[in-house]
Amino acid sequence: MVELLLPKNSKVGKGRHHPAPAGAKNVRRFSVYRWDPEGTGNPVWDTYDLDTDAFGPMVLDALIHIKNNVDSTLAFRRSCREGVCGSCAMNIGGRNTLACTHGWEEVPGNEVQIAPLPHMEVVKDLVADLTLFYAQYASIEPWLHTSTPEPQGEWRQSEEDRAKLDGLYECILCACCTTSCPSYWWNGEKYLGPATLLQARRWLADSRDEATGERLDALEDPFKLYRCHTIMNCAQVCPKGLNPAKAIGEIKEMLVERVI
Amino acid sequence: MTVASPGARARPLSPHVLQWRWHATMAMSIFTRVTGGAAYVGMFLVGGWALALASGQEAYEAYMNLLGSLPGKVVLFGFTVAIFLHMGGGLRHLLWDLGKGYAKGEATASAWGAMAFAVVASMAVWTIAALTGAL
Repeated sequence: MVELLLPKNSKVGKGRHHPAPAGAKNVRRFSVYRWDPEGTGNPVWDTYDLDTDAFGPMVLDALIHIKNNVDSTLAFRRSCREGVCGSCAMNIGGRNTLACTHGWEEVPGNEVQIAPLPHMEVVKDLVADLTLFYAQYASIEPWLHTSTPEPQGEWRQSEEDRAKLDGLYECILCACCTTSCPSYWWNGEKYLGPATLLQARRWLADSRDEATGERLDALEDPFKLYRCHTIMNCAQVCPKGLNPAKAIGEIKEMLVERVI
Repeated sequence: MTVASPGARARPLSPHVLQWRWHATMAMSIFTRVTGGAAYVGMFLVGGWALALASGQEAYEAYMNLLGSLPGKVVLFGFTVAIFLHMGGGLRHLLWDLGKGYAKGEATASAWGAMAFAVVASMAVWTIAALTGAL
């Protein structure tokens, strides 16, 4: 259901302000979403005036600087710090991206606003609950399905067939696209969402996979696939430059092609 | 959804549509939907016109005076824009259904294009109406 406003317990109030350290020359304000499961009250925006000479160019550098030097209670996920693991996906300046590959100078406006991935249950601060997201990914059975006897060596694939996986296999499952999608916001329990559907297409496009029919059967559903209305937020924000909307279009095409 | 550990308080929902910095593609998607609804309602205006026409001169003149009033004209202009915006949106969907126009740049360009088309086409129709004395 479309609900433009947040539920009562989710409205974000004003939080603490952390002033810039004395002597800081280049100061930028970072506004960070905070919610503590062990605390009381609603989520708040904490503001941090940071000396930008004290840390690196990425938003993740700023967050780590806050945690190490200003406020150790801040919770966020991060691991590889180079856009490979997908852990630090969050909403930065109103768009989903990876904190580790997005420069804070690229964020327009006076302050850098940092929130958890949109329309998700918040575990703490910038950490969203991705349980449903992973369950949806698992539901498409993202592994090779075969019925012919296994070959002696490996499952062979021509270079041309392998090239059909380009633009699909690179997904790091960061959930930037899925949680950017208004259709997923309103129907997330039933609509699989862009990331899962991109992966569904990845297995449909694999020349070695022998379950194309079954996979298409499973997707032919008014909600799982067809809630995509080509809003394109997914492609707009994918930090790896992939295009889930196009992949979904290709699945729709496959569904039409098999009946004509 | 996982259930938080017993005794823990309910988790908040993170900010979404009001937090988002919009894209042209997102706006055009909403416009296509809203104008679809508006055009549906607008068809009652057309139906009303046919009814008035069939009900004789008096009813027809009263109806035309209503549409010709300033509020009437504002509504009709809105109806014109809605039709052209929805048409532009429809053409984009047609393109996508042909498997084209999915690239980020293309989709953004077609979104701006559809919005520009709606403005230009509406102005054109109303200019023609004004020039031919139909207003």
